[in-house]
Amino acid sequence: MIYLYIFTGLAVAISLVASRGKTFNAIKIAIRRFVNILPAFLIMLILVSIVLFFIPDEVILNYLGSDNKFIGVLFATFIGSITLMPGFIAFPLCGILLTKGVLYMVLSAFTTTLMMVGVLTYPIEKQYFGANVTIIRNTISLLIALVVAVITGLFFGEIF
Amino acid sequence: MKRGTIIRIVLISSYAIFLIVSWISGFGPGKEISRNFGSFSLEMLKILPCAFILIGLFETWVKTETIERHFGEKSGPMGYAWAILLAGTTVGGLYVAFPVAYSLYRKGAKLSVIFTYIGASAICRIPMAIFEASFLGIKFTAIRLLVSLPLVIITSMLLGNYLTRRNYKLT
Repeated sequence: MIYLYIFTGLAVAISLVASRGKTFNAIKIAIRRFVNILPAFLIMLILVSIVLFFIPDEVILNYLGSDNKFIGVLFATFIGSITLMPGFIAFPLCGILLTKGVLYMVLSAFTTTLMMVGVLTYPIEKQYFGANVTIIRNTISLLIALVVAVITGLFFGEIF
Repeated sequence: MKRGTIIRIVLISSYAIFLIVSWISGFGPGKEISRNFGSFSLEMLKILPCAFILIGLFETWVKTETIERHFGEKSGPMGYAWAILLAGTTVGGLYVAFPVAYSLYRKGAKLSVIFTYIGASAICRIPMAIFEASFLGIKFTAIRLLVSLPLVIITSMLLGNYLTRRNYKLT
């Protein structure tokens, strides 16, 4: 994270040295873009805060550890799609799930949908790409996640 | 005012009122939700200002021709390679990738490259992949990347070409 600040600081400094006017222009663009998308972000944050309340870690643990592995994968896909978590929460959680005996293919479905399918980021994605493309992209991502889960299962010998 | 705007305002203000009332009356779930909201907002506020400043700098300094050459219609396979490389260094997640992708598009990147960038920044950000491998093992991460990345590229090409044929334009 700290590298991001250093990098941004350096970029602004170099830009200021090269041209003051262009730098101010850049900041103006940055602010305008940010303000434009802010309402969509706010909606997403509201959705995230509510969904996470209804799906706490214990629930995830319960459903992903299901005895039927295909039901486990389906639940993982569903929960991964409708939630949003930063990696530093998601992967330690997966580490715990793994020690509790949750299958790799279930975790793979969970992490891949978590990263690629964004039901909660829909307001933001729609603003940039329109509703149709957003739905198509998310559907494709969901299918990719399922393929990845099945292949993970094959490699870890969990399917047969 | 548009109908969508009104719905948004109603939604956001009723949410705010719900949180305030929860805090006053000590309603547990409401407090929990507001804590979730707070921690996530903070997480994004750490990243978003930098991301948008970099987007601003990108839009003022980088020439359209440069992006067209490396990410545009005539970029060939290298366009996808550049998109994945750029995605590997993207921070945050999809919510940062969307505005970046939009800027790339405005500078002349083609749609299939844009979708590759979005997909890749979801699945193969380098710091995240390292973190993942440390919890779930290298084998897991390697399988995930090797399977999903080619699929992302292929589906992005299909979707990009389909939309280009349909004359789809971002607004």
